[in-house]
Amino acid sequence: MNRSPYITDAPTVSVIMFKVLLALVPAIMAYVWIFGGGILVTLTLATITALLAEAALLKIRQRPIQPYLMDMSAVVTAWLLALALPPLAPWWLVVVGTFFAIVIAKQLYGGLGYNPFNPAMVGYAVLLISFPLIMTKWPAPLSLAKAPLGFMDQLHFIFTSVLPENIKVDAITSATPLDYLKTQLMLKHDVASITQAPIFGTFGAKGGEVITGAYLLGGLYLLQQRIISWHLPTAFLAALTLISLGFYTFNPAHFANPLFHLMSGASMLAAFFIITDPISGPTTPRGKLYFAAGVAITTYLIRVYGGYPDGVAFAVLLMNMCVPLIDACTQPRVFGHKES
Amino acid sequence: MLTALYIMLGLALLLGIVLGISALAFKVEGDPLVARIDAILPQTQCGQCGYPGCKPYATAIAAGEADINQCPPGGDAGAHALADLMGVEYKPLNAEHGTPKPKSVAFIDEATCIGCTLCLQACPVDAILGAAKHMHTIIATECTGCELCLAPCPVDCITMVPVAENPDNWKWKYPVINIKSVPFDSNNPTSHLNSSPA
Amino acid sequence: MNAIINFANNLIRSISTNKDVFQFHGGVHPHDHKAESTLLPIAKLAIPEQLILPLRQHVGYIPKIKVQVGDHVLKGQMLAEPEGAMSAAIHAPTSGTISAISEQIIPHPSGLPDLCITLSPDGKDTWGQLAPMDWRTADKKALVACLRMSGIVGLGGATFPTHIKLTTNGKSNVHTLVINAAECEPYITCDDMLMRERADEIVKGIAIVQHLLGANHCIIGVEDNKPEAANAMADACKAFAIPAANDSVKPEMSVKVVPTLYPSGDARHLIHLLLGIEVPHDKRTTDVGLQVFNVATVLAIYRYFEFGEPAISRIVSMTGNVEKPQNFEVLFGTPLKTLIDAAGGAKPDTTHFVMGGPMMGFDLPNTDVPITKAANCIIAAAPHLFPAPPPAMPCIRCTRCAEACPVNLQPQELYWFSKSDNFEKARDYNLFDCIECGCCSYVCPSDIPLVQYYRYAKSEIIAADKAKDAADLARERNEFRLARIEREKLERAQKHAERAQATKTETKKDAVQPASEPLTNPEVATTVNDAAASDKQAAIAAAIARAKAQKLAATGDATEATSEKTVATTLEAKSASTENKQAEVKSDKQALIAAAIERAKAQKLAAAQAGIAPKNVENVSASVQAEINKTDEIREKAQQLAVEKTEDTPTK
Repeated sequence: MNRSPYITDAPTVSVIMFKVLLALVPAIMAYVWIFGGGILVTLTLATITALLAEAALLKIRQRPIQPYLMDMSAVVTAWLLALALPPLAPWWLVVVGTFFAIVIAKQLYGGLGYNPFNPAMVGYAVLLISFPLIMTKWPAPLSLAKAPLGFMDQLHFIFTSVLPENIKVDAITSATPLDYLKTQLMLKHDVASITQAPIFGTFGAKGGEVITGAYLLGGLYLLQQRIISWHLPTAFLAALTLISLGFYTFNPAHFANPLFHLMSGASMLAAFFIITDPISGPTTPRGKLYFAAGVAITTYLIRVYGGYPDGVAFAVLLMNMCVPLIDACTQPRVFGHKES
Repeated sequence: MLTALYIMLGLALLLGIVLGISALAFKVEGDPLVARIDAILPQTQCGQCGYPGCKPYATAIAAGEADINQCPPGGDAGAHALADLMGVEYKPLNAEHGTPKPKSVAFIDEATCIGCTLCLQACPVDAILGAAKHMHTIIATECTGCELCLAPCPVDCITMVPVAENPDNWKWKYPVINIKSVPFDSNNPTSHLNSSPA
Repeated sequence: MNAIINFANNLIRSISTNKDVFQFHGGVHPHDHKAESTLLPIAKLAIPEQLILPLRQHVGYIPKIKVQVGDHVLKGQMLAEPEGAMSAAIHAPTSGTISAISEQIIPHPSGLPDLCITLSPDGKDTWGQLAPMDWRTADKKALVACLRMSGIVGLGGATFPTHIKLTTNGKSNVHTLVINAAECEPYITCDDMLMRERADEIVKGIAIVQHLLGANHCIIGVEDNKPEAANAMADACKAFAIPAANDSVKPEMSVKVVPTLYPSGDARHLIHLLLGIEVPHDKRTTDVGLQVFNVATVLAIYRYFEFGEPAISRIVSMTGNVEKPQNFEVLFGTPLKTLIDAAGGAKPDTTHFVMGGPMMGFDLPNTDVPITKAANCIIAAAPHLFPAPPPAMPCIRCTRCAEACPVNLQPQELYWFSKSDNFEKARDYNLFDCIECGCCSYVCPSDIPLVQYYRYAKSEIIAADKAKDAADLARERNEFRLARIEREKLERAQKHAERAQATKTETKKDAVQPASEPLTNPEVATTVNDAAASDKQAAIAAAIARAKAQKLAATGDATEATSEKTVATTLEAKSASTENKQAEVKSDKQALIAAAIERAKAQKLAAAQAGIAPKNVENVSASVQAEINKTDEIREKAQQLAVEKTEDTPTK
């Protein structure tokens, strides 16, 4: 009764979430190419865990299960977390992380639309703090590994943590470029010589930069589809470029160039997929710029001075805390009002 | 030793002066609590609380003599607001003081009214117009619905008329979404209005 | 930071938009569905069997009924006259007989009944005396005063009484008249068709309005989805050759085509589009030298001055799920079903009817409701046109609503506050700047009925404000009363003391004078009575007996004079009742009462001479006056009831 407007023209939440998943597909394909099919196992595990956890919690909370499962938001969280984890992470790590993201970070706060923190990043941060060793142990790209694993071997490894005979763990893993850069810088090497190592590619990590490029591609699709606004990725990438450029100009021997920061770690994933989570992010146009810039700067500082190789998760969570403040301080000027 | 003592003394004096000045500069006038309680009360002036009006009741609450749940016209919301203001536990309305009723205004049946002016004296807000031996009229916009005029009337010509909903005072309802739409029935055109909301 | 955002936004917009206009933030592009109802020309709807004319057809006070049931009225005769400035008259749309004055369901979102005049046409359609005016020579003030009686209100849907917008209070600073022909809501085509067919009359109306406002410029804003209308208007502007009124400069008018973007038809947004001026939220458009009129309103003004025709009909788009969507010229009060039948009837899967457009309209409660001055469009709703909304999902703060909001509000925050009854916060976030255009709901992926929440919050806030004002008034009046009682107590004590003194010192003198001081205030009349309650008992007893006798004697001739009669009776009975009283206090009290009655009588006489029904009050505000009028009706009813009840009069 009296429900004007009577007409709508909006994609449903499911469609939006589906398009986000679609935008992730190029990156997944790149993953498979670089690291092997193991990522598909991780994604499947995370998806199943997320859906089961979501259904169970909805049941406990006496909410309708079907419409909320169909909104696909749990799947998006699961995929983002799975893509942030090391590709050959053991199955229980994926399950624990996803479970934490969905149950604690999302459902216990009231479910879709009510979580103040980015669920995928909460899951990631919990795992990083609890299991730092596994979380920082990345497999080497197949092209660099001394003994590249086949899909079945990867599947076996994920579930049993047992490698085929005569292959050592060291043979399949390597440090990530960000990690390597940090440890080598502590050994007083300069950036130019460090980046000569084989794990470095043209811009960032060898192989990793392809995945990063795929994220950029997916992100541009989301921008084109108007799923995400331009404010967040632009401000994030601009701020990251500016701060790394500043440090780089100041001392190129000790600080990596901006392109390296943009193309390695989770920069592109963060710019287009993580910080664009609308629920835990700010809503005002100005707030989005501040938020994204804040994440970029915090990420950079953690990368350069912090104890972890990459700082996206912590940066996002820290800035999530500031969202209500940012929103309150950046209310746009209302039509017919003076600038406040 | 002596220096330390002087310093302490000096500090004490300085702080004392600062405190003294600020006490004068930021002095709080009057007793704002009574006014704040009074602001919550509906100003019906009906006396159902046992006090001769809203202000006396507010004073009694402020003094801790009266409970917060004695005002039926204020309703449950009023009791909640008072509990919040006073920092006490909410209590449901005390039935001894009456129960909330829909807002009404008094209406004088002017054919029966004899113009005795007794109701004029009873009205706490002077919302009844009239003079001796002239029939009286309620100024409906100013009537608080306190019912105090009912008892004194010797001919029982005053009745309380609930304020009906009309397009003027009608309010938009809290949105509810129909689960299914009911087809339009030309014989009973309002049927779809009564369909149960989700 | 804002500069960056504005730059980026402008960059994005400049790629796709017309640079000639000043874009506003947000807006949506719904499918316009205007083609359906523009295939056929405007048709004149036949006079129906019955016309129901609600008194509430405009913003402001309800007009006062001037006719009685059974009266025969002519076409154009005033049925109800405006009361107070903010009111509009109601005229008879055709000649006929007033068959009822009763409560009927009106087209209003509440679906509640309200007072309506029912007219049974006699079929002759005879015009009453019409008084055209030469607007070029007449005094502007007189013209506006005349317009007050025309019943013309804003026909764009806002129904604001037109004469108020033309009241310039001597010097007008309005330099530009904006004609709102944007008609941005989907489905609605009444203004479009009006411009296509009657552009010359509209232009003549514009000249009148420009003359009244003293506005030299006029811009007609038309959306670019109505090229025929825009061309017709442009041609009419060119052809317009009526010499300007003696005092005014030759008015200029021009048509400006604006890009189709809902809600460009909102007055403030149209002003921004056309002129780049943002009217401050707390000011009127006239404060920045602008006034906005709808095309249909301007046409009505022209016809009123040129032919003396008051507002009795309007163009209504009957569209949606009907066989032959078309625009009709409909007499006010025509039942909706007549209109539906004229459009070939509703298709079988029609669920209900919507008044207004699909973005801001509301459901009509049934098909008997009359067409009113606000009814610009009626849409037959069907599931394929207006599908039932899916259940609302939680808000994901995607801010599509904020991007679509033409007022640049943060709808997601307002939703949050409204939903949780956090009204103070909602107000802080400028809830009252919301124009309820529906863009936010239109783009919401979670299908949240956002506008519903805002309407709810707004009406709760307005109701709470009203309640607070009432409480403040009650507090003030109560405090005043307490102070008065205290003062009187003191005065009495003082008088008593003086009297005692006087008796002591001058024993011979009578002790009457002190009380005979002049009465200055009707309230004092009431206070006299608390003097000696005990001897009043007798008087009251007598009065009760009298009242009973009166009730028994009361017959069918219940007229307005009843109150007069009562006074007379009481005066007659006075001498008798005085005998019952004891000697002492009486003499001065009698004098007082007599004086009060005399005064009241004099007042009543004066009032009667002024043509107002007898009342105990004077100088009341318009709302109180309306209240009293209502009471008058109730009183009449009550008297009739009392007569019927005479047999079982309660014995008290």
